[in-house]
Amino acid sequence: MIDLIIGVLRAAIRAGSPLLVGTLGEIYTERSGVLNLGVEGVMLMGAVTAFAVTQTTGSIAVGILAAIIAGGLMGLLHGFMSVTLKVNQYVAGLSLVMVGSGVSSLIGLGYIGIRGKNLRPVFLGFDILVYLFIALAMVLWFILYRTRIGIEIRSVGENPAAADAMGINVDRTRYLCTVLGGALVGLAGAYLSTAYLSSWTDNMTSGRGWIILALTIFASWDPRGAVLGAWIFGGVEALQYRLQPLGISPSFLGMLPFIATIIILVVSGRLSKGNRGPPEALGKPYRRGER
Amino acid sequence: MRIKIEPRADPTWKQTLAVTVFSALIALPIIAVIFWGFHVNPIEAYSVIFEGAFGDWYGLSETLTKAIPLILCGVGLSVAFQTGFYNIGAEGQLLMGAIFTTYVALRWGELPSIIIIPGMLVAAFIGGGIWGLIPTYLRVRFETNEVITTLMMNYIASKTLEYLVYGPWKGADEWGFPYTSKFNVNTWIPTWGFTRIHTPTLVFAVLSGIVLYLVLTRTKIGFETRIVGKNPEAARYLGISYQKIFMIVMLISGGLAGIAGFGEVAGIQHRLRPGISPGYGFTAIIVAWLGRLHPLSTMLVAVLFGGLLVGGEMLQIRLGLPSATIQLFNGVFLLTILSGEYLLRNKIIIEREARQ
Amino acid sequence: MTLIEMTGISKHFLPKITALENVDFAAEPGEIHSLLGENGAGKTTLMNILYGLYKADTGKINFDGTEVVINSPRDAINLKIGMVHQHFRLVKRHTVAENIALGLKCDNSLFPLPEVRALIEQVSERYGLNVDPDSYIWELSVGEQQRVEIIKVLCRDIKVLILDEPTSILTPQETETLFRALQLMKQEGIAIVFITHKLDEVMRFSDKVTVLRKGRKVDTVETGSVDKRGLAKLMVGRDVLFRVEKSEACPVEPVLEIKELRAMNDSGLQALDGLSLSVCGGEILGIAGVSGNGQRELVEIITGLRKKTSGEVKIGGTDVSGFKPGKIADIGVAHIPEDRIHKGSVPDMRVLDNLMLRDYRQYSKGLLLGSETMRDQSNEMVKEYNIDTPSLDTPIKLLSGGNIQKVILARELHGSPSLIIASHPTYGLDVGATEQIRNTLLGQRDRGAGVLLISEDLDEILDLSDRVVVIYEGRIMGEVTPDTDVSEIGLLMSGGSQ
Repeated sequence: MIDLIIGVLRAAIRAGSPLLVGTLGEIYTERSGVLNLGVEGVMLMGAVTAFAVTQTTGSIAVGILAAIIAGGLMGLLHGFMSVTLKVNQYVAGLSLVMVGSGVSSLIGLGYIGIRGKNLRPVFLGFDILVYLFIALAMVLWFILYRTRIGIEIRSVGENPAAADAMGINVDRTRYLCTVLGGALVGLAGAYLSTAYLSSWTDNMTSGRGWIILALTIFASWDPRGAVLGAWIFGGVEALQYRLQPLGISPSFLGMLPFIATIIILVVSGRLSKGNRGPPEALGKPYRRGER
Repeated sequence: MRIKIEPRADPTWKQTLAVTVFSALIALPIIAVIFWGFHVNPIEAYSVIFEGAFGDWYGLSETLTKAIPLILCGVGLSVAFQTGFYNIGAEGQLLMGAIFTTYVALRWGELPSIIIIPGMLVAAFIGGGIWGLIPTYLRVRFETNEVITTLMMNYIASKTLEYLVYGPWKGADEWGFPYTSKFNVNTWIPTWGFTRIHTPTLVFAVLSGIVLYLVLTRTKIGFETRIVGKNPEAARYLGISYQKIFMIVMLISGGLAGIAGFGEVAGIQHRLRPGISPGYGFTAIIVAWLGRLHPLSTMLVAVLFGGLLVGGEMLQIRLGLPSATIQLFNGVFLLTILSGEYLLRNKIIIEREARQ
Repeated sequence: MTLIEMTGISKHFLPKITALENVDFAAEPGEIHSLLGENGAGKTTLMNILYGLYKADTGKINFDGTEVVINSPRDAINLKIGMVHQHFRLVKRHTVAENIALGLKCDNSLFPLPEVRALIEQVSERYGLNVDPDSYIWELSVGEQQRVEIIKVLCRDIKVLILDEPTSILTPQETETLFRALQLMKQEGIAIVFITHKLDEVMRFSDKVTVLRKGRKVDTVETGSVDKRGLAKLMVGRDVLFRVEKSEACPVEPVLEIKELRAMNDSGLQALDGLSLSVCGGEILGIAGVSGNGQRELVEIITGLRKKTSGEVKIGGTDVSGFKPGKIADIGVAHIPEDRIHKGSVPDMRVLDNLMLRDYRQYSKGLLLGSETMRDQSNEMVKEYNIDTPSLDTPIKLLSGGNIQKVILARELHGSPSLIIASHPTYGLDVGATEQIRNTLLGQRDRGAGVLLISEDLDEILDLSDRVVVIYEGRIMGEVTPDTDVSEIGLLMSGGSQ
């Protein structure tokens, strides 16, 4: 029995790791006031880039680095659309999903079915990235709430006019956060294909990107909440496999993460009134002195 | 020389058309470059697509066949988006419609066509409608963001379908494939000659587009719907309930998507199995956006994209490219059209001499 | 030596609104200089240009003798100019320290908070402005929030301080605290500009005053050399009184009757504080006053968009508490809103649609819109109100402001309403349109409707009204009769007493 629980916990942490780092990225993006719905596509690009580059160069580290860069570039594109062109951020994000899906499928063609390199466990059966992501969560929390740049980011997302009036470059801050967000989501995808699964399948994220968007809300845009949320969702995913032998239909179990997401969204929404809600300027393009 | 950006007062419809077409055309070289990057000859790829979709009668008929679900979903989405409700769940609503259709087909398939086919249609509408109403209710009651909820419903619908075809509805003689049994012939929607076009559905689709257009422009409720979409503040002032409008709009949008599922399952596949939709619900989003959220132009764009889907299949067969290539097309088109909107909203003025 | 010198500043906004026309302004170190004028006079715009939030169309700015270009607040901050806006630029969810740390150049760039806290305490002590660095902005009273804004600026070691209507939200005691602090700053050689419409404060606290009216500079005088009446006259600038008209009591029940109305505004402050007035059928009652004194909330309560906290509102004898906007419209109330584009119309829809926005239910046959009838009615309205539009199907946002307003008038006045609420109806319109709208309102009055006219433009009020009352801080200060001296109105508007 104990073994079962420990097994589930370990699986939860592993499964939750890509969710964690992806949510951290989207938290930063949304904190600056930009909504990036394209997470699913960026994550796919991260996954395929990491796998392909790892195969080609033989080094997981290089593969992961490439995935981070790929994610950052997609973040840059989204930043350009949202901050400079000031288009509808919802639709811009959706187009990123499509582009990401399409390009990753094309790149991934040659890599289906190949066994990739795996990141080996270093401590307690977890690979180094698991620990890195947790440390990252703490660092990012600290930066967001205690440093000058964190205050700037949060102010830009809550009241860009106020930040502008104090001489902060709103656009530059938003670009920074969208690129960082994209990079971290790319890293999340990389984890999927090099540590969690070490292979590439078409559409391998299976909706994790959307779950990350819901987790961002669940976490109240706080990196600490991301850790909790990611592990809970990792747990749901882990339970899926554990419950299968009990004869429950795998399809039904497969639904669990998505049903859980909806429930969490509704609940978060009700709790989010007042001061725990989204950054006030989220999704709204900023124009100085708009009349 | 300086470049100044000034907001434009209002684009004329000619300008809108020009920029839209221009943006769509810009997408072509971008996609060509991507093809080239994958060692696919872009010229070859484009000609495969074009030939496949419009080159011969078979291609054209396939184009129309694929256009049917796009019209149904696209028209519904154009109304939903116009109202300000981001329905990303058309795919799931389509699947639900297919599921409800299958239930009726499996249960009462022996009944004469004249009864069973309309029966399946109604069931599909109800299935898709309910599936669309659930996230709408969450939005109206709890202000839950509909983008994520409608999306989640897609996955839930797909898993439900999986469960049914691997489980209770598994066909007796299908050798372990996750298919239901083939439906009774009475349930098969009549097709046109030797093509796969299931004509009644096509007619229904086109009619629904026209009817929706008429409802939007000629009825009280259509008027109110447009006000909610264009100026929610004014709507509130006039005492129009946006909750009521959202629910009605989403019932229709979900219901029409459900009927798209009915078409696929009763008109083409004649059984239920995973993968009956190559992403019609998502492609319909682009179709609606390109059609500027207007039911009539959306229908035309749907035919174009039907051709694109056929072309995509050809790419798969002839050049071995994955089906997600179509997603790539969709994404690039959407990006260019969005960027093009920037040109519509702003004038770019190039000034020759430097300012004092 | 003059610290700030602005010359020839002009600024226009789309569409065709002139905010400033060839204005000069200068400020010296160690001087408290007030900028006086009614709403729309251009005071905030002028200072926003100095602070880099707007760019002037013409003119130049000299700082300490050298010409400078100020393209953004960052440039202004670098020049040691600080501004405290009328609508605070604070992040409500953050603490005082976090707000003040925003953009501040500290020694410890990475972790500014401890240093900022120390700085806040320093400044608080020096100027007597107390505030707890770790409290959240949303917890603070408005007066305390303003203190944060001022401390924010003072932490940056400024040479010029601009305050936009600083006392409009303060209690008398808080005002004293503020001005004591300003005196200290003045002694340190800081140039202080404060924008206001309150004559008392101008007289008490400033050394010099510049008066703006309708975008132009009227005069700059030493406050020692004028009295309140003189200033009021400069501000309001009329020597012709309004039309002589009847001012008897209502022959029948008043169309609109308000007693002791109290209500809060969106920030939770008292917007209306025991307001009473009445409007009779066949008269135009003008409410004069600087914006922000409760006019918006008053209109919202009458039209059903806001709940009152206490008091009575009766329309045609009926108590309308809790009535929804649609119902209030149905009992014969017309509303011509201030924001004609965003609140008064649906910009993307056609002229025809906008004309029918109120009455479409009437003309519908069952589920269908009665398109024929609607078109006929619309054609009539276009003729009657002389609306200049290429066709009924043109999107309304393409029309000029005057024609949009005519559409709104046509729509609202169509059902022969008994009460008409008009907010700033001729704002931004050309002479011809203005004339027509004025005549329309007068025509309605002659028909027997009661008109409540709200405007910050005293000219507009005086041209149209039969009676004029003045609103100040949520209450009616007094009624102005035909033989009142015009400067009296200015006094009432700025809080002075008769």
